[in-house]
Amino acid sequence: MKMLDIEQLTKYFNRGTPSEVVALDHVSLAMEEKEFLVIIGSNGSGKTTLLNLIAGNHFADAGSLSIQNIDVTSQPDYARSKWIARVFQDPLKGTAPDLSILENFRLASLRTKSKSLRTGINQLFRKRVQELVSVLNLGLENKLDTLVGKLSGGQRQALTLLMATMDQPKLLLLDEPTAALDPRSSAVVMELANRIITVQQLTAILVTHNLKQALDYGSRLIMMDSGQIKRDFQQIEKSTLQLADMQQWFYESAAV
Amino acid sequence: MGFGIYISLRIFNIPDITTDGSYTLGAAVTASLLTQGIALPLVVLIVMGAGALAGACTGIIHTRFKIQPLLAGILVMTSLYSVNLNIMGRSNLPLLGVENAAGMFRFLPSIQTQWLLLLLVIIIFLVAFLSWFLKTDFGVSMRATGNSELMVRALGVNTQNMKVIGLAMANALTSVSGFLVCQFQQFSDINMGIGIVIFGLGSVMMGEAFISILKAPSILKRLLGVVLGCVVFRLIVAVALDLGINPNWLKAVTAVIVLLVVGIPNLKKSSI
Repeated sequence: MKMLDIEQLTKYFNRGTPSEVVALDHVSLAMEEKEFLVIIGSNGSGKTTLLNLIAGNHFADAGSLSIQNIDVTSQPDYARSKWIARVFQDPLKGTAPDLSILENFRLASLRTKSKSLRTGINQLFRKRVQELVSVLNLGLENKLDTLVGKLSGGQRQALTLLMATMDQPKLLLLDEPTAALDPRSSAVVMELANRIITVQQLTAILVTHNLKQALDYGSRLIMMDSGQIKRDFQQIEKSTLQLADMQQWFYESAAV
Repeated sequence: MGFGIYISLRIFNIPDITTDGSYTLGAAVTASLLTQGIALPLVVLIVMGAGALAGACTGIIHTRFKIQPLLAGILVMTSLYSVNLNIMGRSNLPLLGVENAAGMFRFLPSIQTQWLLLLLVIIIFLVAFLSWFLKTDFGVSMRATGNSELMVRALGVNTQNMKVIGLAMANALTSVSGFLVCQFQQFSDINMGIGIVIFGLGSVMMGEAFISILKAPSILKRLLGVVLGCVVFRLIVAVALDLGINPNWLKAVTAVIVLLVVGIPNLKKSSI
């Protein structure tokens, strides 16, 4: 079964004004289950717009989008959370700073469920989060009542990743998850992401500017430019790609 | 009322000006219903419903019409002025010889102690209720809504509805305080709510200042901080009046105190 099926998706910004931009230009894309898709492209190529349309932050001007054969084109982001979990580019956006680690995880565990008048944070739940967080080796498992706002960007991003994957999302969206992190934290976060995706056999999309990451991770690579998918490599072709090839594409696209 | 402001300001990051109107609304509904001989428990419910409705209006104007919360609050507050005037039928409605809420503690010797006990009971009830509510799954989602909206939406919360519900709750609480004050002073006046939002903001911020000394304050401690903030704020204003400040300057004095509470920490920070 196709996990994600995008048909002729189109999105304009500032439509009907002189500054109209076609952010996505009739993009079609299908993803199989367990596929780990990496999207690269220069600024303004439409990759983040595509991710936002998949997540439901924006609505498409034309085209359709379905997840597991269910048409979700007109569903808002909070309804699509049944399938989709997200890690944002900005570590501050993926977590609620004035809530404790435990409360953040509680919210994440309710991604696909309704938020009832039940006190869901009990000893059992605390233990579950403790086990999850201990994977990070950051000592956070003993600080579950700390407010997330007191943690570093790298720690928050690692937590966001754990939160996003705590109940096996159908589709995991990683929007430049390491763009705001230092090299060491970003390596930690990407390794963790890769491990979780492999172990849980998740279907995932990674948007990145980091070409090395694009080579090292994922089972499929697409390159976007001017709102269109310009190149598409499946696993076997992808494994033969070199960093220099990819740099070359960027210069080509910039010349156009 | 402190709690109402706490919800709108701290939980949603919205300084909710509807408060000025819903406070008077609570008083107006109380005065008009009590003079018509309606039973107290029923009056409380109606007051809360009216306040919630006012808050929901602000919430809907803000979320559906995409109008800034401040302007949404001003719109509702302004229209509530007319609503309140019509409810009371005139600008001032006295409540003489009408049974009031503190009357249920008639066994106590003086009116003051009756009121004190009533307020104590209400505060304990509200603190208990809110500290339970804000820890439920729904309450946690509500607190996260004002904190990191994008994340909460990605986790499946309809933040627009959440804001409407939150503002409704906040204004229901505010109107209950109008209900109490109206009975305490034994009249309801169309202008009684002017600037009351400043009182609330000042109290909540004062409470936060006390609580910020603690490292990771629990919800319960934060709520108690709000109570403390309300009391201290009242005392400061009382002291200011006692020092001989002309009561005509009361609102200005309150505004200046809020400015001091909010502004001084920032002033220190920027000078470093």
